[in-house]
Amino acid sequence: MKPMETLEMIDISKSFHGVRANDNINLKVSSGEILGLLGENGAGKTTLMNILYGLYQPDSGEIRINGRRVTIDSPRASLEHGIGMVHQHFMLVQNHTVIENIALGYTRAPGLFPQKKIRDHILSFSKKFNFDIDPDKKIWQLSAGEQQRVEIVKALVNGARLLILDEPTSVLTPQETRDFFEILERMRTEGQLIILISHKLDEIKNLCDRVTVLRKGQVVGHAETCGLDKRELARMMIGRDVVFSFSREKMPREEKVLEVRDVTVDGDKGYPVVKGISFDVYRNEILGIAGVSGNGQRELVEAITGLRLVNSGSISVNGVDITNQSPRKIHNNGVSHVPEERIRFGIAPNLFLYENAILKQHHQKKFSRRAFLAYGRIKAHTKQLIKDFQVATPSINVQTKNLSGGNIQKLILGREIADQPDLLVASHPTYGLDVGATEYLRNQLLKRREEGGAVLLVSEDLDEILELCDRIAVIFQGRFMGILDSDDPLRTDIGLMMAGTKELEPKDGAHAARHCH
Amino acid sequence: MLRVTVTDREQISAAGTFFTLVLALAAGLLVIGGIFLCCGVDPLFAFKKIVSGSFGSLYGFKETITKAIPLILIGGGLAVAFKAKFWNIGAESQLLMGAIFGTWVGLNWGPALPGPVIVPLMFLAGFIGGALWGLISAVLKLRFAINEVISTLMLNYICAEFLTLLIVGPWKSPKKFGFPYTDDLPASAMLSLLPGSRIHTFTLILALVAMVVLTVMLFKSRFGYEVRVIGENPDAAKYAGIDFTRTTLLIMIISGGMAGMAGVGEVAGLHHYLSYPDTISSGYGFTAIIVAWLAKLNPCYVVFSAIFFAGILVGGDAIQISLGLPAATVDIFNGTLLIFLIMGDFFTKNRVRLLSKEKV
Repeated sequence: MKPMETLEMIDISKSFHGVRANDNINLKVSSGEILGLLGENGAGKTTLMNILYGLYQPDSGEIRINGRRVTIDSPRASLEHGIGMVHQHFMLVQNHTVIENIALGYTRAPGLFPQKKIRDHILSFSKKFNFDIDPDKKIWQLSAGEQQRVEIVKALVNGARLLILDEPTSVLTPQETRDFFEILERMRTEGQLIILISHKLDEIKNLCDRVTVLRKGQVVGHAETCGLDKRELARMMIGRDVVFSFSREKMPREEKVLEVRDVTVDGDKGYPVVKGISFDVYRNEILGIAGVSGNGQRELVEAITGLRLVNSGSISVNGVDITNQSPRKIHNNGVSHVPEERIRFGIAPNLFLYENAILKQHHQKKFSRRAFLAYGRIKAHTKQLIKDFQVATPSINVQTKNLSGGNIQKLILGREIADQPDLLVASHPTYGLDVGATEYLRNQLLKRREEGGAVLLVSEDLDEILELCDRIAVIFQGRFMGILDSDDPLRTDIGLMMAGTKELEPKDGAHAARHCH
Repeated sequence: MLRVTVTDREQISAAGTFFTLVLALAAGLLVIGGIFLCCGVDPLFAFKKIVSGSFGSLYGFKETITKAIPLILIGGGLAVAFKAKFWNIGAESQLLMGAIFGTWVGLNWGPALPGPVIVPLMFLAGFIGGALWGLISAVLKLRFAINEVISTLMLNYICAEFLTLLIVGPWKSPKKFGFPYTDDLPASAMLSLLPGSRIHTFTLILALVAMVVLTVMLFKSRFGYEVRVIGENPDAAKYAGIDFTRTTLLIMIISGGMAGMAGVGEVAGLHHYLSYPDTISSGYGFTAIIVAWLAKLNPCYVVFSAIFFAGILVGGDAIQISLGLPAATVDIFNGTLLIFLIMGDFFTKNRVRLLSKEKV
C-alpha cells in the first residue's frame, strides 16, 4: 500500500437519536500539512474524528485515502490505514512502563523479547523528532507532556501517517506546549498528515496551514490560516455577530449578594486553576462567566457552593462569610446550585422523582418532621414543581433516570429556584438541551432575576451569555480577562478574550463605580 | 451474525422482578442439581430431602426458625449497609464480637441481676461490641480510603483468633474438664426457649421488631433517605450537603450492632458459653449476605429470605446425614444461588436483546 498522501472525508453525516451531529461534512488533509479543526463544544468535532478512528460508522458519505474509497469499521482498521489518534484523555496504563504501553496493541511485535525492538523504535522516533522519553519509566512517573509524547510514539510505531490530536494542549503547561509545537513542526516537514482539534484560536492560527470550522454539525468555513483575522475566526466559530433577542429590562443594581475576593482554588491535580478572582453579584442581576471549559469555571463554582476548598481569599453571601463552609451551610445561607454534570451531581438516578425533587432540601422543616420525612408534603410539592416547571413525566413515582435530559434539567432548576435562593449558581444549564427547553430555562433564569435573585451563570454558550447577562466576565486560565457590561462596545471581543488573546484594560473598577455610585 | 445489545430498562416492574428472581433460583437449582449428579446423587431425591428436612417436618421447621433468627438480624443490618453501597463482609466477626461483649456482661453482672435486666443489658453490650468492630472498617475507609471489602473480611480472621485466644487463655473455665470453653452463663442470663424447640423467643421477637424499625428507617426517615442517596450517587450526596462521614459511621454502627445482637442471641439462647468461633456461628455472617441480597435489600423481605436460607442450612444437614455428602455441600449450594441471584439482578435492570448485525 502506498503511504497516505491525502485523506478526504466527503459528505459525511451522522445522527444520534435524530440529532445531526455531523451534517454533510467535507474536509481534506494532505501530506506535510496541519489541518486545524475548530469549533465549540458540541459542534461535532469529536464525532467526526471518531468516525475517522472507526468508533462510529457514518450514516452516509465516504472516506478516501489517496483518492481511493476505504471502509473504516474499527479502530484496528483505522490503524491499518495509517490513522493514529491521541485522545484528550490519555489511554495509557499507569502502572506499566513506556515500553509495555507501546507494546499493547502493537501488531508487529515479535513474540519473544519484544522489549528490544520496541526500545529501538522508541529511541529512533525520539531522535527523529527530538523527543526525550525514557522507555523504562512507568507512566505515572511522567508529566502530562511526556505522556502525550508516549501516545504520539504509540501511534507512530504502529505506522500512523495521519495523526489526529484532540485538544492536545489542554493538559500541557506553556513550556510543554512550546515543545509540543516544535515536535509538530518537525513532523510536518517529515511529510506527516496532522489534524489538530482545538478551540484555541492562537494555536490554530500559529500552527495550522488550513482550518476547517464546524458549528452545530456543519462546516461553516474552510480557510488558509495565513493572513486570516482572528476576529474572523472567532466569528465563524461562534456563529454570528453579536445580537440581542431577549427582552431584558434594566434593573437597579443596589444590593450586593455575592462577594468573591481574591479567591484561589486548586484543581484535581493539586495546582491552582483559579488564580485570584474577585467579583460581586447583585440582586436583580445575572452575571455571566464566559469561557472555554477547563479554564477554572468548574472549580470556581465548586468553591462557591462548598464542594471544593478555597486556598486563599474569601467568599461571602449577604455579608455572611461562607468561605470553606459545608455545602449544607452554604445552601442554608441562600445559595442554590444547578450543577454542571446534572446526572452525576444533580440527581440520584435510581430514586423516585419525588425523592429527587427535595435533594438538598430534605432536611428543611417543610419536608421533614423530626427524624422522618413528610412524604405527603414532599409529593404535593413535587406535583407543583413539575407543573410549574413543565417537567414532562408520566407520574412522580418514576425513577428519575427515565426522564430525558431536558426534563431532568427542568426538575433540577425548578428544585433550586423553588427554594427562592438569594443566589442561584447555574453551570451550563442548557448544555445539550433542545431549543424549546433551552428557551424555557433561560426565561426561568430571567424570571429569577426579576424576582430579586442574583444569578451567577457559567456557560460556554456565548449566545446564552449575551442574551441573559447584565455583566459578563471572561475567564481564561483561571483569571478574569475582564468584566464587561452587556452593552459594552468591547463585547464583540469576547470571542478573542475567551481564547486568551486579549486582556482588556482593568477597568471593571470604573464599571463598578459607574453602577454602584 | 448475531450480536448482543444491553440497554437500561426504563421501567422495572414488580412482576418482572419476581419473574427473574424465580428464574434465577430455578437456574441455580438446575446447576446445583448437576453438581449433585456429579457426586452420584439423584438431584430430585436430594432436593426432596432438603425440603422435607427443613420445612417438611415439625422438628425440621423449628430448627429452620432457630437458624433464621441470626440470619434475620444480620441480614437486616447488611441490607442497610449494602443500600449505601458499603460492602460489609465482616458480619461474621461482628457477630463474634457481639457474643464476646454479651458473654462478658452475662458472666460478670448476671449473677447479681434478674433476667429482665441482664438480658437487655447483654443485647446492648452485644450491639456495642459488633458496632465497634464494624466501625474499625468504616474509620479505615473514611480516614485512609481502605477498601471496606478487604478490611471487613480480614477483621473476621482477627476476631476469630481473638475469641480463640480468650477461650484457651484468660476466659477458660476451670469447670469444663480442660475444654476451651468459658463458664456457663448464670441462669438469669439464659434465654428461655419455646417449649419443645430451640427457638429463643426473645431474640426472634427482637429480630422481627428490628426489621420493622429498619424498614421504616430506611424508607421513611431522613437518615434512610440520606443512606439511599449515598448508595445511589455519592457525588449527588455531597452536592446535597449530606454528611458522608456521619452517615457511614451510623451505617456501620447499625450493621455491626445487628450482627452483634445475633451473637448474643446464639450464646444466651443456645450455647450458654463461649467456645470455638465456628461453633458459635456456622457462617451466618456470610450466609446473611445472600439473605440480604435475595431480599432486595429490604429488611421486611429479609425475614422471608432468612427463613428460606435457614431451611437450606437445615436441609443441608439432613442430606449430609442421609446421603453422606460433605459439609461443604451447603456452601456450594448457597454460593451457586448467590451467583445466579446477582446475574438475575443484571437481567432485572437491563434489557438484553439478540440482534442480527445488519439491523444495528
